[in-house]
Amino acid sequence: MSAQRRSWTARARERAVGALPPEKLLPDSQPVYMASWIYVFGVLSLASLVMIIASGSILSLKGPAWWHVTGVGHFFNSIHLWSVELFFFFLVIHLWGKYWMAAWRGGRARVWMTGAVAFVVAVPCALTGYVSQQNFDAQWISTQAKDGMNAVGVGAFFNVTNFGQMYSYHVLLLPAAVVALVAAHILLVRKHGIVPPFTLADRGELPARAADPEPAPDPGRVPEADPVGAGRAP
Amino acid sequence: MSRESRRREDESYREWHGAYRPYDILREAIIALGVVFTLAVGLTILFSSPDDPPSTIQSWSRSDPVDFVTTATTELDGTSDTGSYGPPYNHNGDGQHLAFIHLQKWLGVSHPINTAQDFVLAPLRSLTHQPALQTAISTYQHAPTTTQTAWTGAYETALGKATATRTGTVTVTPGHYGPVPTIMSSLLTFAQSGGLDGALLTSKQFYQTDYTKPLLFMADGGVLTNRAQQQHLLGSQWGMMNETGSYPGQVWLWLYTFWYQIKPFSTSANGDILVMAVMGALTLAFILIPFLPGIRDLPRRIPIYKLIWRQHYHTKPAPGA
Repeated sequence: MSAQRRSWTARARERAVGALPPEKLLPDSQPVYMASWIYVFGVLSLASLVMIIASGSILSLKGPAWWHVTGVGHFFNSIHLWSVELFFFFLVIHLWGKYWMAAWRGGRARVWMTGAVAFVVAVPCALTGYVSQQNFDAQWISTQAKDGMNAVGVGAFFNVTNFGQMYSYHVLLLPAAVVALVAAHILLVRKHGIVPPFTLADRGELPARAADPEPAPDPGRVPEADPVGAGRAP
Repeated sequence: MSRESRRREDESYREWHGAYRPYDILREAIIALGVVFTLAVGLTILFSSPDDPPSTIQSWSRSDPVDFVTTATTELDGTSDTGSYGPPYNHNGDGQHLAFIHLQKWLGVSHPINTAQDFVLAPLRSLTHQPALQTAISTYQHAPTTTQTAWTGAYETALGKATATRTGTVTVTPGHYGPVPTIMSSLLTFAQSGGLDGALLTSKQFYQTDYTKPLLFMADGGVLTNRAQQQHLLGSQWGMMNETGSYPGQVWLWLYTFWYQIKPFSTSANGDILVMAVMGALTLAFILIPFLPGIRDLPRRIPIYKLIWRQHYHTKPAPGA
């Protein structure tokens, strides 16, 4: 076995580049069937997440009480709030769109699952934000939410009436989890590509492979037969 | 469709072998960021965000002293919601369960709260310069439990007809209340001065971020509930998914909140764990849709995909068409 073969670093790089060659990671072409407005809601969700993190970072830099006592702070809190509303709005449409496309087809189950889990984790991420507001909303929501948490035992280690604990979850732990899941989701999307349309063979249409004997070539695309070739050392 | 033909069809979706067209993923991302930035700033300028000031023990005891004293008396005799809650606050109840599953009980008491001691007696014990109060507390603590219960029970009954004076004190009709009126009068004065807010946050260290005790104390009374009702935030009003004002709140919790509106969830003593169990099952199903026969097949049977990919199907007519 060569020194390069024994190197964990070299093997990790080969594996990463093999799974996601640059042409797949940052594509400059897309399948022609991607021609619907429903496709924009994924990137809009991602853009909303960027806005949430940017506005939340500013709020974090100034501390949790800042937005209550300054106009600028309140402005950034409002940006944060509306970015969250937009995030969930776009994400729900994105999820519904992907459901009706059955986007888990063709070995893409993990793509669906990482997206679904990201949505599920985003919910407590938002909840911890609501109970960290230090206003009446925080008081009411935390005293109501505690019963659900306590009923399933979660309240024993996740105390929604403990501001310090909720703030830690909100500004670090849960956002990190959401970002990690979204990153995994995007990498899986890039790896597997966007799910093709249903073939209509049962309605008299042949599957895409047979119906397109001469597909238009894509000059910037790695040949499917050798997906790892582009990243392999000569 | 047989399992084999389903597998073959699924395999055919693994790679796209058709045509491609130019696409600039970075430009799309930047445009999306610009759109979201514009929307967020626009919504901020138009609607801002809610920030109703929090309630305090001080504001509550001043605005509704009768409710404060009534709640404090139930904390003293342990009949308040928190006093009889069970885990994770105390052992005075088993908590909720689902069939043989007692998660609340099994996870134990992680945030111990003795409402009589933590909410009433310990804060008043810090007022060492009031000998009459200290004597009253000692009298109460050394009395038999049945006597304590008789005092607090009679006092709670009297509080049902009590009135508050202009100065914020509470007067009840004379009765056999033992030292309870002295204790409660001092607690009310302490609360109205703002001292109880701080006393409930007292811990073994200087810094404090845990508001569990004052929040549970206020939640046992009517101060939070009354404000919530005015703002349409009660459980029967779709509860915590709303927020103050006319803001959308946590609309993504609509399904969670929905179960609280219907039976048996709305009437069961184990309503919370029932709702959490239903939502847990639905969440798991949501994540595992790709593996659930029936649900995963609906998109094929209800051809919304023809709308999504109408251009594709339009430009790719079936053979012989």
